[in-house]
Amino acid sequence: MIRFPRGGQRFFGPLLLLGALFAAHAQSPKDANFLSTLGELREATYSGKAGIVERLGQSGHPSVRAVLTALLEERLYYRNSDQKVFIAKSADSDPLNLIDPLSLKNSGSAPAANLTQIGTNNALRRVVRMAVARFGLSSPSASVRLDAAREMLKSLDDPTVALLRERLGVERNSSVRKEIATGLALAALDSPDTKTRLAAISTLKGGLSQDVRNRLALLLDKSSDGAFIEKDENVRRAAASAVAAIDRWRTFYSGFQTLFFGLSLGSVLVLIAIGLAITFGVMGVINMAHGELMMLGAYTTYAVQLAMPGHTGISILLAIPAAFIVSGLTGIAMERTIIRHLYGRPLETLLATFGVSLILQQSVRSIFTALNRSVITPDWMSGSLRLNDAIEITYNRLYVVIFTLLVFSLILAVLKRTRVGLDIRAVSQNRAMAKAMGIRTDWVDAMTFGLGSGIAGVAGVALSQLTNVGPNLGQSYIIDSFMVVVFGGVGNLWGSLIGGMSMGIVNELLEPYAGAVLAKIFVLVALILFIQARPRGLFPQAGRAAEDK
Amino acid sequence: MVRFGNSIAGRDRGGAWFLGILTLIAIAVPVLNILVPPSSTFHLSAYGIALIGKYLCYGMLALALDLIWGFCGILSLGHAAFFALGGYAMGMYLMREIGPRGVYGNPILPDFMVFLNWKSLPWFWHGFNHFLFAAAMVVAVPALLALVFGWFAFRSRVTGVYFSIITQALTYALMLAFFRNNMGFGGNNGFTDFKDILGFDLHSDGTHAVLLVITAVALGASYLACRAIVDSRAGRVIRAIRDAESRTRFLGYPVESFKLWLFVFSGIIAGIAGALYVPQIGIINPSEFAPINSIEAVIWVAVGGRGTLYGAIAGAVLVNYAKTYLTGAFPEVWLYALGALFVLVTRYLPRGIIGLLPSKDKVVPKAALLGESHEESARSRQAARS
Repeated sequence: MIRFPRGGQRFFGPLLLLGALFAAHAQSPKDANFLSTLGELREATYSGKAGIVERLGQSGHPSVRAVLTALLEERLYYRNSDQKVFIAKSADSDPLNLIDPLSLKNSGSAPAANLTQIGTNNALRRVVRMAVARFGLSSPSASVRLDAAREMLKSLDDPTVALLRERLGVERNSSVRKEIATGLALAALDSPDTKTRLAAISTLKGGLSQDVRNRLALLLDKSSDGAFIEKDENVRRAAASAVAAIDRWRTFYSGFQTLFFGLSLGSVLVLIAIGLAITFGVMGVINMAHGELMMLGAYTTYAVQLAMPGHTGISILLAIPAAFIVSGLTGIAMERTIIRHLYGRPLETLLATFGVSLILQQSVRSIFTALNRSVITPDWMSGSLRLNDAIEITYNRLYVVIFTLLVFSLILAVLKRTRVGLDIRAVSQNRAMAKAMGIRTDWVDAMTFGLGSGIAGVAGVALSQLTNVGPNLGQSYIIDSFMVVVFGGVGNLWGSLIGGMSMGIVNELLEPYAGAVLAKIFVLVALILFIQARPRGLFPQAGRAAEDK
Repeated sequence: MVRFGNSIAGRDRGGAWFLGILTLIAIAVPVLNILVPPSSTFHLSAYGIALIGKYLCYGMLALALDLIWGFCGILSLGHAAFFALGGYAMGMYLMREIGPRGVYGNPILPDFMVFLNWKSLPWFWHGFNHFLFAAAMVVAVPALLALVFGWFAFRSRVTGVYFSIITQALTYALMLAFFRNNMGFGGNNGFTDFKDILGFDLHSDGTHAVLLVITAVALGASYLACRAIVDSRAGRVIRAIRDAESRTRFLGYPVESFKLWLFVFSGIIAGIAGALYVPQIGIINPSEFAPINSIEAVIWVAVGGRGTLYGAIAGAVLVNYAKTYLTGAFPEVWLYALGALFVLVTRYLPRGIIGLLPSKDKVVPKAALLGESHEESARSRQAARS
């Protein structure tokens, strides 16, 4: 167990700050000591390195955590020329951006060939991880402490348990306390006292983690000679019921998670289909170039990001209106030059817009080459939200659901609350009457098509965060989006929303049993059969407006 | 309404021209390949034969499409599925024919199955070592798919663009399915490395020349069959369905069965075309199911001229010749050209290039050529814009 000089671990946080202040000054004896210990890492064997790591931990130097994390992530190097140890910002770049291990400030860069990495192996990494976790446990940030406690649960030994017990006394954050209590209970399962074991099981019963469940299940196993490993029957019974309880909750939560995955896949489907729902549904125009308008939106995101390097987060937000404008204008141009002449001839529009889609694809290929472009995901969109031990939701899935709902309500608002929306609905319901009322139907057609196309562009921004941005992006989504619109009922935005969401959920529910591709095939076949039963979709348009289509 | 003559030589002048050219090709190709020495400029290489063979197979697919689209108003965006299924049936026979000459030398299992560590032949592969069985399947499998799919679709009156979209979904679903390795159709790579057909070496010019003649005969025969159908009394009903489906139904004709049988027949022609395509090209893989292939076939028909049969074939040959030329000489330009073709033909050439030729007969009413029924055009007139 690590003993910190002068006072316990709880003083480590302020100490870290102080250390950082002093680091700018000349090397103290403590710094020198730290550096020389660090230097030993260069030559030591793996087992020798483990001892050095322990000693580094005991040194209480403010840079220990950064250095050990770097070692864990294989970012610790020494310079071949002067044997000085450095932390690299990331191990992949060349030249490597170096950080001084004492001051933790940038100290230039050097080609990777001039540096030697300080290697690790699995056993060493385990030691380092524990050392880092011990530090983390005394961090001022609750989330760091939580991660550290979780890390420690993976390898419980006597010193760890003692440390956890000590922390339990001072810890204020409830979730960290819970994690520590779980750790202590896990350790208590090995206790010779039956009561202690029973108490531990009742603590663990409320948990959700797979590790806890497996550990409890071990109590029910038999050893090779047929006798139970756990001698006491009451303990076994309690363990069995705890395992069952955990399993029940985990199943419940995994169902919840599948539902959420389905919703997020459904959101993508809704997003790609909703523009089509306007052009196909409201105007009766089959726009085969819809996928390519999404592709334009994705490439706009790429171009905006290229134009403002270093501002990934803002560039994504700016890309949304930019993509709307680019795709919307393309759509209006299409409407004015081609589609306008083909109204009332849906099969012709289908072919002509397909021609446009080929031209758009090839022009993107000519401008950006056929290679996939990578759009950088901003920091606030990567990573995942951990609700509890059983549910983890990646942020990009979460954001796509929110984004879809936003876009959807915005479109509804435009259609229901604005003058343009009123015109669009009037023209779609009865063109001749709307015209007689003085609505410029030509203009409304162009606006409607522009709106649908613009939304395709916005969908493209979202897609750029989820898949590869390449010339074939649109082709891979066009059939899906048509299926959503047809399934939901042409001319019905709510139908598209419900249709897309339910297609997404069904897909995710089937996936564990059938695999991704087969699930998709099932959904397609189911839809083909569904259209036979209800040729007008889930929510068919009723009344004269439908018949005029 | 339509005044195609009863005898082909009499009124169907375009058809007569087409059959004449086809006969010329069937005679000239073997002659130019076998009798003309390779040193001569008139010598036709094996590549040239395969290319012409490919065009003729595509012509058959276009013919099948024109039969339902041009005459019955059914726009299928999944017709390449029937083509590919016929091709796969033929490919299975050719794979079994390889026998122990494969890379792994297994006398029963094709190479890809040995590679996937399969121990026995899946049930649906049995029988494909007999050519006649395979030939029967070439007809039966596309026919069955067309029958089942068409029965569902026409019975519930899925028409117009809805039908187009679900046929597209059908071929897309089939493509995804055939890409899967455990479907037992070679996954990604499909079938290739064929050795011979009925004992004739597939790498010899002679076999290719014979295959080409067979393709030409099949195309000619399909043309005559389609012509016979559209010129018959049933053909009149079929055209009536295209022009006014509800009216035809009210007159007491079983519209659904007419559509269904025509669709099945069209699927069979497409299947045979695919079966002839595979031995000449030497490969079949799931990308044949790609939705774009079906849409491309539609544009061949539109370019050539819908509702003429021979126009569709001419369109297929012309567009594919342009494709071969452009993808070779200016690969960048091909998609632009194809895209522009789609736009220009639909916008300015509703009758295709055949419509440019001087003709004494008003062959097809304008509304039909515009791809809409009278009922629809009446509505759109009502909703007219300007």
